[in-house]
Amino acid sequence: MLMMGAVGLAIARIRDLFAVSMLSGIFSLIGAAAYVVLDAVDVAFTEAAVGAGISTVLMLGTLALTTRKEKLGGGKSKSTTAFLVVAVTGAVLVYGTFDMPRYGDKIAAIHHHVVPRYIEKSGEEVGMPNIVTSVLASYRSFDTLGEVFVIFTAATGVLAILGRARRRREDEEADEGGSDTKGAAS
Amino acid sequence: MQGLVDIFKPLYDLWLSFEAFMVGPASPGLLGYWIVIALMMTGFYIVIAHDNLVKKIVGLNVFQVSVFLFYILMAKVTGGTAPILAEGITQYSNPLPHVLILTAIVVGVATTALGLALVVRIRNAYDTIEDDEILAVEEEEDR
Repeated sequence: MLMMGAVGLAIARIRDLFAVSMLSGIFSLIGAAAYVVLDAVDVAFTEAAVGAGISTVLMLGTLALTTRKEKLGGGKSKSTTAFLVVAVTGAVLVYGTFDMPRYGDKIAAIHHHVVPRYIEKSGEEVGMPNIVTSVLASYRSFDTLGEVFVIFTAATGVLAILGRARRRREDEEADEGGSDTKGAAS
Repeated sequence: MQGLVDIFKPLYDLWLSFEAFMVGPASPGLLGYWIVIALMMTGFYIVIAHDNLVKKIVGLNVFQVSVFLFYILMAKVTGGTAPILAEGITQYSNPLPHVLILTAIVVGVATTALGLALVVRIRNAYDTIEDDEILAVEEEEDR
């Protein structure tokens, strides 16, 4: 996790966007390793495939369609203000953690209520050894259905945004082509 | 050889004390949360201090991953294993945050894709992906 901190700082400093997108992939991958250490193997799978894989590909695609370099800008006053805001927010959050249950605490509130039931009964009720899968696909399957709707909406949105841009560019090119021939004719 | 061991001994001791501080019963046990907060603030800083839109989206991703890590940290139980039913294991880590974060990762990628598509569209319209330059173009158009 300290390594993730180092990579995060590097992302904040480096201006070459290609390196930044690669670093964000590395960041996700280290995150996936941390999830394995913290017993969340399913989450680690997803993060490695989706966070480190698909996100990086999407970023590189965007860079191919735009630019690779970040311009210098903002100025000193802006980054100082930003740093102050961030420091104050961080201090407030650290103050908030003093009321948190300690790391690995067995009697923390989130380990009670429905969770013991999932752990004890899901084996008989769903028949899947992996509790995460049985909660995702059986107990909370409506949530998962909603997630599918979200992805569908996002995909539709991406296609709508990019598809329209492409069509417009083609129109413009057609217009330019038309005026060129007109110019040549006159 | 012995010299090499002597060099690395203090480093190893430092790591052991770090681990004890992190999980030991007498420790505050909050260090993980603090690292998460540091990561979160790094992402936040990238989002508000940089003008480049792609960089802002990367910052949002960093923020997002730190929130995921926060949930997974809370789900960990000392002595527990991954929540997959097996013979002879009595203590599992909490599966519910894992399910939530599984969903959140996929939704996060969907929003990232949408944001990057918007960046491409902005680049087509304004010919730049820097926030301040977009503002300058807008002001010029208003005039």
